[in-house]
Amino acid sequence: MKYESQSIAKLYFIAAIGLFVGQILFGVILGLQYVIGDFLFPEIPFNVARMVHTNLLIVWLLFGFMGAAYFLVPEESERELYAPWLAKLMFWIFLVAGALTILGYLLVPYATLAEITMNDLLPTMGREFLEQPTITKIGIVVVLLAFIFNIGMTILTGRKTVITLVLLTGLVGLAVFFLFSFYNPHNLVLDKYFWWFVVHLWVEGVWELIMASLLAYVLIKVTGVDREVIEKWLYIIIAMALISGIIGTGHHFFWIGAPDYWQWLGSVFSALEPIPFFMMTLFAFNVVNKRRRDHPNKAATLWALGTAVMAFLGAGVWGFLHTLAPVNFYTHGTQITAAHGHMAFYGAYVMVVLTIISYSMPIMRGREAANARAQVVEMWSFWLMTVSMVFITLFLTGAGILQVYLQRYSEDPMSFMATQEKVEIFYWMREGAGLIFLIGLILYIISFFVKGEDVKMLGSSVSIEETS
Amino acid sequence: MRETFTKGMARNIYYGGSVFFFLVFIGLTVDTVQTLPKTDNRENLTEEVVAGKRLWEHNNCIGCHTLLGEGAYFAPELGNVYTRFGESTEAIKGFIKSRPVDGIPGRRSMPQFNFTDQELEEIAQFLKYADGIKVARDWPPNIQG
Repeated sequence: MKYESQSIAKLYFIAAIGLFVGQILFGVILGLQYVIGDFLFPEIPFNVARMVHTNLLIVWLLFGFMGAAYFLVPEESERELYAPWLAKLMFWIFLVAGALTILGYLLVPYATLAEITMNDLLPTMGREFLEQPTITKIGIVVVLLAFIFNIGMTILTGRKTVITLVLLTGLVGLAVFFLFSFYNPHNLVLDKYFWWFVVHLWVEGVWELIMASLLAYVLIKVTGVDREVIEKWLYIIIAMALISGIIGTGHHFFWIGAPDYWQWLGSVFSALEPIPFFMMTLFAFNVVNKRRRDHPNKAATLWALGTAVMAFLGAGVWGFLHTLAPVNFYTHGTQITAAHGHMAFYGAYVMVVLTIISYSMPIMRGREAANARAQVVEMWSFWLMTVSMVFITLFLTGAGILQVYLQRYSEDPMSFMATQEKVEIFYWMREGAGLIFLIGLILYIISFFVKGEDVKMLGSSVSIEETS
Repeated sequence: MRETFTKGMARNIYYGGSVFFFLVFIGLTVDTVQTLPKTDNRENLTEEVVAGKRLWEHNNCIGCHTLLGEGAYFAPELGNVYTRFGESTEAIKGFIKSRPVDGIPGRRSMPQFNFTDQELEEIAQFLKYADGIKVARDWPPNIQG
């Protein structure tokens, strides 16, 4: 670790992993509620568990992104963090606000939470993924602004690299588009239209900038490939992400009362959205094949390759599967959407955060890489989580295809609830895969505590330090 | 990548492409917002409907149901529930009112929200309004949602 203040990332990563565990526990509860409908009812109804599951995901990914920025920005900028104390303060504010919000979901009925947080003053609650009380949303904005100020000042007063500038653009975009969560018009169509300015322009827009820059950073470190080459890839990947993804927002406007031209625009541009993810896969394998050093952290390299492949499969392939308007007419709002959502979030964002954690945690703990045994355990957790996520996705896809046929496509369509019973076997299988995922996650945490001898880089580690 | 394709070119594609398509997106958004009055059923956006939407939000209905296909996939689509329930707000109100407090053994069940008669009317009117939004190809594909 070159700069003292990089170690702040450790706090953020520990919190991220802790919340990740919570997210998966609630995922397992939700999976069971799909087959045992009254499980934990009425104490924790499905909607509450789902809110905890999705909100924890968003919050821990934000912790992960922030930790990643605090780790890589000082090193890239060749200076200490602008205000380490601010980063620590914001960590505690964000953690306490996040924990209180989740406790609020679990301990009081949602309507009561809306009342005690005075949602009527500025109503923003009760919309998917934006369920947080308005006061929490304001807290998120404050934390994001302080974070961007801190990171921005570090970048702008230090060495500027393409990686930090792309990361900063992504983070500013994240903060700017979140502001649309405060706009909640009475008109349902307008509400839905601008809700996507947060949701789509985050995950299919600016978050891709964050992902690509984190991936590029780790690849520079573990492969030693020339920065010029990596930066060129980075530019072209994010160019394609935004060129396809901005108008690609239109694939959410097919059935909400928006004008018909979105059917064409949304279909055509979102059909291009797999391209940047495919390029990320090419990029990752390309630079790993051309590596100029054998970094002792094999696990980090595995995560980096894994995130590129899984993001392409989950976001690219499973996204394309149902993005064309004539197909989406049948699949919109079915288990197909759920299948895509799971693998896309895992492949693109969960895995990229785990990549940077895998690379940076050993360094923050005073060694170049975790010991060989710990890395083996970590790689086992990689395969267990990744393969079980593939199966979760396949089972949900199976459920989705059958649901589409029975409920929407056949001559004699069945009701929603009757269809759900028919596809139950897939939900049981998904729950099984979910439990394997949980085992993988437990193994992941264990990997941080496995003892063994340190692994050193082969030959001299100094001679091939990056050249730019 | 070949040397003929330089980092500078890649950077220009990024800046040029994203600024251009972002401006196009803003233009399309302006046009969409101006065109919406033809489809978004705003003429029926009464005070009751507005109150119903707030109730919809305050009880996190989207946490189980979809509305025009968006939300959770645990419970039926409600964008066409007014049609599915025989164009009867009374039927919708009756269903919501009749949910057992402790659920149904082994099965999914909507919670009992203990709405007042006024609130029931508001939520039913909101669902009726949502059903009145003119959606492309009259989605969903059939009455089952």
